[in-house]
Amino acid sequence: MIQMNNVVKKYPNGVVAVNGITVDIKKGEFVYVVGPSGAGKSTFIKLMYREEKPSSGDVIIAGTNISTLKNNRVPYFRRQLGVVFQDFKLLPRLNVYENVAYALEVIEEQPKAIRKRVMEVLELVGLKHKVRMLPSELSGGEQQRVSIARSIVNMPKVVIADEPTGNLDPETSWEIMNIFEEINARGTTIVMATHNREIVNTIRKRVIAIEGGMIVRDVYGGDYGYEG
Amino acid sequence: MAMKGRTIRRHFRESLKSLNRNGWMTFASISAVTVTLLLVGVFTVIMMNLNKLADDIENDVEIRVLIEIIEDPTEAKAAEEKLMKEIKSLPDVEEVVYSSKEQELNNLIEDFGDDLSLFEQSNPLRNVLYVKAADPQQTAAVAKKIEKFDNTYDVVYGEGKVEKLFSVLNTSRNVGLVLILGLLFTAIFLISNTIRITIIARKDEIEIMKLVGATNSFVRIPFVLEGMWLGVLGAIIPMVVVSIVYYNVYNILEPRLHGELLQMLNVTPLLYQVNALLLILGILIGIWGSFMSVRKFLKI
Repeated sequence: MIQMNNVVKKYPNGVVAVNGITVDIKKGEFVYVVGPSGAGKSTFIKLMYREEKPSSGDVIIAGTNISTLKNNRVPYFRRQLGVVFQDFKLLPRLNVYENVAYALEVIEEQPKAIRKRVMEVLELVGLKHKVRMLPSELSGGEQQRVSIARSIVNMPKVVIADEPTGNLDPETSWEIMNIFEEINARGTTIVMATHNREIVNTIRKRVIAIEGGMIVRDVYGGDYGYEG
Repeated sequence: MAMKGRTIRRHFRESLKSLNRNGWMTFASISAVTVTLLLVGVFTVIMMNLNKLADDIENDVEIRVLIEIIEDPTEAKAAEEKLMKEIKSLPDVEEVVYSSKEQELNNLIEDFGDDLSLFEQSNPLRNVLYVKAADPQQTAAVAKKIEKFDNTYDVVYGEGKVEKLFSVLNTSRNVGLVLILGLLFTAIFLISNTIRITIIARKDEIEIMKLVGATNSFVRIPFVLEGMWLGVLGAIIPMVVVSIVYYNVYNILEPRLHGELLQMLNVTPLLYQVNALLLILGILIGIWGSFMSVRKFLKI
């Protein structure tokens, strides 16, 4: 599902954020990406949804080679994935329903199908009763659920999450993790960058540790491995 | 990629909703459009009227051809007709009007009073041809050619003064054009800048749209339509104000200007033209401003 082959990402200012990463993530896997700040985690994640282009090497996501993908094809590529961020990235002026529906409007889905599908995912994340509320009227956990609902509404093969629990209290974080596990159980591949040691050590999954732009550890069912 | 009708309707709906959601930003943009278009409108109306005045002054310039006196009436008539034909055959001549010396004297008596009527006994004036050049600026050249014809006693067109008048009129036209262009440029700059600020405030929105897989045109179209609405809404007040003010000024001044050289442009074609100009300008600037501003954030 996700293949990287000797990928290097060098920024114009000379910083080498990713320095020769080779990795293979299979369909249906749940992968934590861990590592200290500034280790290249974020760039590694950004390469997956083509926020960044690799300087060299191949990145193949769900059959699409990112390295050769033309700019005008990027939107169509992104429709095959879902992305979730620490800061939720919801459209502040749209209500819960509209935020989730937006991802389907973009692909010009039938209005009837949109309504059905949006209510389905909102039910999955437990926000069916708050469809008319604006993001500003929701708690952080609820906003993240909206964001997750949006990421899976067009049935992506992969969901990429960058620190999804970073802004949430522990209890809410567990709720969010339950949703991710539920999504994963339905066959969606999940890649999650995280600093949350407790979660990684409790819900045991494959752990990829990145330091200095390289993979220093890749263990199935591994632990967080860092102090603090 | 052909866009579905449903999607186009969605873009229209979205653009209108967005105007509403961005309340203050919308207000700021519309105000910028309103103020600048009002200036453009007022200035255009004034310039168009001044231009008409300049045209009228130019068209008032004519050549007086004084005809040689020939004693024999038949010969005189033949000579006058020949001269008239010759003048008419000149390429730049638009109109030749004959005025007998009796008519000339009557005109003088009308203008200066009955004292002159004693000249009726022995009229010292000459028969005259009044010649208008098709292009007033060619008056001097036409006059020179007429001088060479037979039986012209004198050719008068206000030599020197006319040239000076034309150069003043041409300069003032150019100054007006430069001012209007400058104003237009300022309007475009001011309006598109205001729109840019409102869009910069929404760059996160654009980023999110791109993240969920919106194509550039899908992101851009609602913004561009929104810009169009801003242009339309911003043009309304200038259109109404310019129309009402001009209509009233016209109705007050027109009767008093009756018979004067200075005439205002008629309300009907002028206000349609100016209103169309303001509306089109508003729409174009709105669309252009949004287009350019969004473009900045669409580069991946």
